[in-house]
Amino acid sequence: MKYLAEYRNLEETKKVLDEIHNITKHEWNIMEICGGQTHGLVKNGILELLPEKVRMIHGPGCPVCVTPLNLIDKAIDLLEKGVIVCSFGDMIRVPGSKKSLLEAKALGGDLRILYSPLEAVAVAKENPTKEVVFFAVGFETTAPANALSVLHAEKEGVTNYSILASHVLVPPAMEAILDDEFCTIDAFLGAGHVCAIMGTEEYEPLVTKYKIPIVVTGFEPLDLVQGIYMAVKQLEENRFELENQYARVVKKEGNVAAKNVINQVFEIGTREWRGIGEIPNSGYVIKSKYKNYDAEAKFNISHIKVPENSSCIAGEILRGIKKPAECAQFGKACNPSNPLGAPMVSSEGACAAYYHFSII
Amino acid sequence: MEKIVDIGFETIHLGHGSGGELTRNLLDKIIFKTFSNPFLDQKHDGSIVEFNEKIAISTDSFVITPIFFKGGDIGSLAVHGTVNDVAMCGAIPKYLSLAFIIEEGLKVSDFIKIVQSIKKAADESGVLIITGDTKVVERGKGDKIFINTTGFGEMHSKANISIQNILENDVIIVNSFIAQHGMAIMSDREGLEFETTIKSDSTNLNYLVKDLLDEFGNNIKMFRDPTRGGLGTVLHEIANDISKGVFIKETDIPIEKQVAAACEMLGLDPLYVANEGVFLTIVSKEIASEVLQLMRNHSKGKNAAIIGFVTNNHPKKVVMESSIGGKRIVSPLVGEQLPRIC
Repeated sequence: MKYLAEYRNLEETKKVLDEIHNITKHEWNIMEICGGQTHGLVKNGILELLPEKVRMIHGPGCPVCVTPLNLIDKAIDLLEKGVIVCSFGDMIRVPGSKKSLLEAKALGGDLRILYSPLEAVAVAKENPTKEVVFFAVGFETTAPANALSVLHAEKEGVTNYSILASHVLVPPAMEAILDDEFCTIDAFLGAGHVCAIMGTEEYEPLVTKYKIPIVVTGFEPLDLVQGIYMAVKQLEENRFELENQYARVVKKEGNVAAKNVINQVFEIGTREWRGIGEIPNSGYVIKSKYKNYDAEAKFNISHIKVPENSSCIAGEILRGIKKPAECAQFGKACNPSNPLGAPMVSSEGACAAYYHFSII
Repeated sequence: MEKIVDIGFETIHLGHGSGGELTRNLLDKIIFKTFSNPFLDQKHDGSIVEFNEKIAISTDSFVITPIFFKGGDIGSLAVHGTVNDVAMCGAIPKYLSLAFIIEEGLKVSDFIKIVQSIKKAADESGVLIITGDTKVVERGKGDKIFINTTGFGEMHSKANISIQNILENDVIIVNSFIAQHGMAIMSDREGLEFETTIKSDSTNLNYLVKDLLDEFGNNIKMFRDPTRGGLGTVLHEIANDISKGVFIKETDIPIEKQVAAACEMLGLDPLYVANEGVFLTIVSKEIASEVLQLMRNHSKGKNAAIIGFVTNNHPKKVVMESSIGGKRIVSPLVGEQLPRIC
């Protein structure tokens, strides 16, 4: 628990909260990009301890929430065709257009819930007569392990393994949010886990272009309030800089070995974000060299395209335009037992955070 | 315990569930031999027992993978689970029924291990196995072994467990560290190796419950064991049942460091992780510290702690004060907790 307990220290956290109250003179909107940070803020009751003038806006940083509906339907289609589909746990309850992966499993699909894509390669080795697909979603954080699974399968000569990849990148999403005409964001908390892989360099152009403070921040209560303090301080002092609150984990250059693995398997390409739409250069696509490991190329599923549920405002929630409680369906037609959209079902979704933790 | 040898077969097959000679063989050589007592030895369709007072009955089915785990197995769990459910009613468990559904192909050595574990847990809990059943299903139609137990217990003469008795400012006490059983199962099931081994807390709680009732009688207003769904779900159920609020403090909830770290690593909230050796009780504020002391002096309550109280504010909601002084709702668990992406 080293690096955790000290970041849950009541006295230290209170001191920083007091400092935020002391220095806040103007109204500020700060967006935390990462869903893990949203949950940290709500779960620890930090939102109510902040000055009224400091409003936290919840960003699109939940990998489950931004995975397009099409892709969930594609995974379900594979499952129904007899493919063994492997997935992280929090994807399996997210509704597709007709059902979730969990419901497809109950109807007879061979769905495996795993902790690592390397386990999926092992499943492929154990089932040589079947095709095995890993549902490889996530931000930059999970890309190295997913890329590694492809390299591992290649090295082991496993040919019945592929990944259904939907990797999205944080900086293009931030840019899309800043370019939105309804954007009211004054500063960002950067996603600590993503920066642990990618480093902080790619945020510098955003700071300069949009004259906006970005503070790379961790996930514990003290991390979060320190990140908010650093952002508010910059805003009050009329500065815009890239700062790193999470220096115990995040280096400027990131994790070079992980980045090399990503670059071997993936290249930058256009990606669709659920609720937001297509953003150019916003994600990873599998390089043609590895197309045998690309489930989209391997199976005939590219025709699967479905519209979003029109009563779900996930897109506005993910862009920080609306808060969960401002949705007419929140807690009524949409709840964790019957979610209309991914932000309510994902363990990192903003709607789920508000539903489970906050006092409304 | 007597060693069971030379039974003449190594795996359970469909014939052992036929009701014929092979079934008799299985029962005589393993079940009756292990659980021998005057009621069971009659080998009748059922048993006739005597109760002087009101009785409490509880039944539960045990379906768990893996069937052997650190700190227990499906057999001891099937005893503890039902013994504890009877105890939570304010009763003293006395008898258990025991029904097996066995999947064809189960190793007899594993079956014997489970049966002997049941015997040990039953002896330690002071209950007799008085009737039972054995069925065998085809391979692929079960998950090695399923066990159903039904417990019968005599109500404690002083017990008056009723949610109607719960008032504002009553105190909520738990007897032990939470989330151990769920994390032990998960680490065994997923082959996760944590730095320190986490063991299931599966145990019988009936003696501690009896001591509390002997000492504090009807001032004990509720017992509840938060098994599946964990502490968070049970607290939520209580708030709903009594139409009052429940207020707890995160820092007061007893949790072992290694269990907390394992939950952290897997992205699980310990409030929703299953327990087997944990119960909570609600008592009036006046006797709370004495109750706590009695629990701490008992082997099953050494780590007991007051975790919160009942309030008329926020009815039907559980509010938790976080470690940094913020407040948030504790909602019931929806579905299973699942490992997260990042």
